[in-house]
Amino acid sequence: MNKIVFDIQHVSYRYDEVVALNDITLRVTTGQRVALLGPNGSGKSTLLRLLDALCFADSGTVSFDGETLDRKRFEDDRFHFGFRQKVGLVFQNPDVQLFNPTVYDEVAFGPLQLRWPAEKIRRKTGEILERMEIVHLKDRSPHRLSGGEKKKVSLASIFVLDPDVLLLDEPTAALDPRCESRIIDLLIGWGDGKKTVITATHDLGLVEDIADCCFVLQNGSVLAEGRPAEILGDEDLLLRANLVHAHRHRHLGGKEHSHPHSHPLPTVIKLYH
Amino acid sequence: MTRSLEDWLLTNLVEFKKYASSAEDSANVHGLLQQVDPRVKIVGALALILSAVAAKNLGAILWILGLSIALAAASKLRLDRLAHWVWRPVLLFSGPIALPALFLTPGNVLAWPVSLQGLRAAAFLVLRAETTTTISILVALTTPWTRILKTLRALGVPTVFVAILSSTYRYMFLLLQTASDMSDARRSRTVWKLSAIEKRRIAGAAIGVLLSKSFQLSSEVHQAMLARGFRGEFYVLDDFRLRAADWLWLGVLSGFVAAIMYLEK
Repeated sequence: MNKIVFDIQHVSYRYDEVVALNDITLRVTTGQRVALLGPNGSGKSTLLRLLDALCFADSGTVSFDGETLDRKRFEDDRFHFGFRQKVGLVFQNPDVQLFNPTVYDEVAFGPLQLRWPAEKIRRKTGEILERMEIVHLKDRSPHRLSGGEKKKVSLASIFVLDPDVLLLDEPTAALDPRCESRIIDLLIGWGDGKKTVITATHDLGLVEDIADCCFVLQNGSVLAEGRPAEILGDEDLLLRANLVHAHRHRHLGGKEHSHPHSHPLPTVIKLYH
Repeated sequence: MTRSLEDWLLTNLVEFKKYASSAEDSANVHGLLQQVDPRVKIVGALALILSAVAAKNLGAILWILGLSIALAAASKLRLDRLAHWVWRPVLLFSGPIALPALFLTPGNVLAWPVSLQGLRAAAFLVLRAETTTTISILVALTTPWTRILKTLRALGVPTVFVAILSSTYRYMFLLLQTASDMSDARRSRTVWKLSAIEKRRIAGAAIGVLLSKSFQLSSEVHQAMLARGFRGEFYVLDDFRLRAADWLWLGVLSGFVAAIMYLEK
């Protein structure tokens, strides 16, 4: 049986008066690929921040590799550096994550803070820039990159640490379809599929590619847990969780009714070139 | 039609973005100063600035200004832009400060009420300001900002100071974009002409929202730094190497400064 990486027991968290997480209990095991599904404001991002020990639970416990994560534990440098080496978080907004003057500095930032030897930092940074096909961007300022390039640099800045657990917050948000597809390929290929990946998303089209287990969140609580096919096949559950919508419409020659669905792309396309 | 404060601010913000973008482009052109090691460039610029400040001879300052202009041309910088960004604003700023010296400094009357000593004092002030600013801007326009920050570190400026500079530069653009978007969003929903009081009220509210957004952004950026192991102290990679051409440049500059000092005697 796989080892438990994260053990979350009855965790609650609030921002002043707003409850973000309410009595959440879940477990993630080594090598598992987990999707946290939920609409905006369901608590996905807060849960990722708790898992990355950027904030700590008001009540309940979050454990990583059997060690409870709390402020006191992070006062120990050895534990702090060990944890940061093993767990990487990619933020939803790349502008938050890219604060260094150049792409090269951005990728080297994590290893530098973890006090790796200079030679190892140069080697690993060079390798990851090549693997992510962003060598040509290395001297550019992150603020002058496109959305897709920023996302690649964000991922590279975490991949360079080669963490055991990767936390992703809406990895494909605001990307065009081509960039989205490239990012998904990178995520699927990362760590030969042996690493633990926890992805927060409300993009249902992404789930089957990047997860083998889903937790559906609503208003800070776990509404359901299951395999992607089970979750995606349960329309009532998705409707209840606000992950799909239904509106009233008429089928050709059929009666008027409502159910969750997606619209096909328009078929009348005018090509100019 | 008179422009509102908001229009004026936004026009200047756009102008600043253009300047920053142009500065980054000129730093990557294949010119003379672009080839020089940034450390040598900064040390050389400091030596020239100190020489200009210490000079008691107008001719010496003019030589330094002349050298700066020649370096700008050799570095493929557009002199019309230098005039627009540097010489004109500096003249507009230092000119009014120097103006009273023309009339108030006692001495030989050149043409009433201007005295020769007054003219000299005013010329010293304006020329020093023009020369030192030109030298500083030469460094900024021929060195990528990232290299300037690294050089400051290599020259022993505290890491935390360099990190603050770096973050300020980085997030300034994001906040400028946010401010510009907020203004566009407000204009697209404004039908009637607003009174001056209403405009001020909206501008005040927008400043408040921007401040709140910047607080939120700074908190998230800090979390992103913590997530990658940051413990309050910055570590950076220094990878500068001096080449023969840098030593040659240092020698030429030292010779020039020595000549200026000789001229001073």
